[in-house]
Amino acid sequence: MKLSVDRIRHVALLARLALTPEEERELAATLDQILAHMDTLSRLDTTDVEPTAHVAAVETPWRDDVVTNAPDTAALLANAPARDDDLFLVPKIID
Amino acid sequence: MSLRLGAYESVIGLEVHAELLTASKIFCGCSAAFGAPPNQHTCSVCLGMPGMLPVLNRRVVEFAVRAGLATHCRIAPVSRWARKNYFYPDLCKGYQISQYELPICEAGWIDVPLEGGAKRVRLTRIHMEEDTGKNIHDAHGGGSLVDFNRSGVPLLEIVSEPDLTWPAEAGAYLRTLRSILQYLQICDGNMEEGSFRCDANCSVRPRGATALGTKVEIKNMNSFRAVERAIAYELERQVRVLEEGGTLVQETRLWDPDREETRPMRSKESAHDYRYFPDPDLPPLALPASFVEDVRRTLPELPDARRARFVSALGLPDYDAEVLTARRDLADYFEAVVAAHPNAKAASNWVMGDILRLVREQRLDDAPTITRWPVTAAHLGALIALIDGGTISGKIAKTVFEDMLGSGDAPAEIVERRGLVQVSDEGPIVAAIDRVLAANATKVEEYRGGKDKLFGFFVGQVMKATGGKANPGLVNDLLKRKLAG
Repeated sequence: MKLSVDRIRHVALLARLALTPEEERELAATLDQILAHMDTLSRLDTTDVEPTAHVAAVETPWRDDVVTNAPDTAALLANAPARDDDLFLVPKIID
Repeated sequence: MSLRLGAYESVIGLEVHAELLTASKIFCGCSAAFGAPPNQHTCSVCLGMPGMLPVLNRRVVEFAVRAGLATHCRIAPVSRWARKNYFYPDLCKGYQISQYELPICEAGWIDVPLEGGAKRVRLTRIHMEEDTGKNIHDAHGGGSLVDFNRSGVPLLEIVSEPDLTWPAEAGAYLRTLRSILQYLQICDGNMEEGSFRCDANCSVRPRGATALGTKVEIKNMNSFRAVERAIAYELERQVRVLEEGGTLVQETRLWDPDREETRPMRSKESAHDYRYFPDPDLPPLALPASFVEDVRRTLPELPDARRARFVSALGLPDYDAEVLTARRDLADYFEAVVAAHPNAKAASNWVMGDILRLVREQRLDDAPTITRWPVTAAHLGALIALIDGGTISGKIAKTVFEDMLGSGDAPAEIVERRGLVQVSDEGPIVAAIDRVLAANATKVEEYRGGKDKLFGFFVGQVMKATGGKANPGLVNDLLKRKLAG
């Protein structure tokens, strides 16, 4: 399968990646190789194999429904690139 | 409302997002309560800081199983968590933890009461997911603001099959579903506050066709009325487009309640490609059969069953049973009145009449669960007992009731304090009748001359003369005898 540059641009848009034309060409080639490898794996007969959702065979860990976190808004907002009082400030969203 | 669909028929399916009444969020120990100051209920997990791990709240699973059992779903012994990937400022991780393949509940149904009888509406699935934060527009000149208090609040997404035809059916379905969730005490069902949200998928097709038409999703409806109006508008719009020879596009449209129309949403999200994949942070959820059975044992009596019991065991008319069981708190209150005094029909009349009127006037039903009633169930039962026992008349009972609202006293105390005991002795009633007839000699003549309608006047005068305390049945009998002459 040959990946088109259009397809690369679509995936890059979904991941919010800004790629130069050079990177687009390079990624198309690299991803092609990765997908070719997946094709190889797909040839394996997995009819009787349960799809893997998780690699660790663990019981579902869960917790009781108890509030354990005290408000720590100041510390949590300290890393915000921009804020307005206790709210995160982001570029204007146009709906 | 009547729809103009011409040669077309409509198909409607609904998606409901119900916020769960847990104390804490689904994957962290932050409070899930509504209405805190901005970003008070946040931590590094629900703010999506790198390296943080989600730990599942057990009660969310219990609530999902409760909802699944109450709606006749199959409960999956193993279900999976998936990441739904998209970028939006209120989604701090860049993905929402949800369920995709293998949701926790599948293939259920609910019976929706309609005028012509109940309609069975199938549920495709119910799954668990986390809510997003909230964007605040227009508050800040240069940008938008984000509050993550809601980020990670547990949600159930409940998806119906496209089994609904009319806007009113969609409304009835939502009311029934909300009532079930309220009975289960897992969601408060408040549409204005967004704890019960609905998106509608609508399409039209030539009458009798089997293939579905192009589907349009409508969002932004925050009341049952808005859902019905939005669907009605949208179905008629689709028919208009097709009749004019146009084609419909699959899209998401927003309901504008002020202009009463749907409008296409900006197509910024046109690249809908969520790239779902199993969340590596959460192992599949394995539910032992014993877990499901434990939940089943704690299920309360549901609205359907309760309605049927009110009719069969208490002898109430269908209509009364329907009104009284629409809310669990109301049905509980009614049953407490009947427990205090076993006259179900009288209790129903008082609860559906004066009590519900006051509840609505005082907006007591704004609370998720009504706890403050105008009068206590015990007092209302005692009041009905006084009427049934002949101590007071139905008319005096209204006076006592008004007093109860103000004083909060028990009805027997009020009757005692205000000397309202019904007069059932003939002596004083006969004396009052004699006085009334003597003072209205002309009217007595007219009555005897055939003007039957005057009887009511005499009853009124006698009641007035006895301060409303005379036993009305006795007044009637004695008056008839006296007037007959």
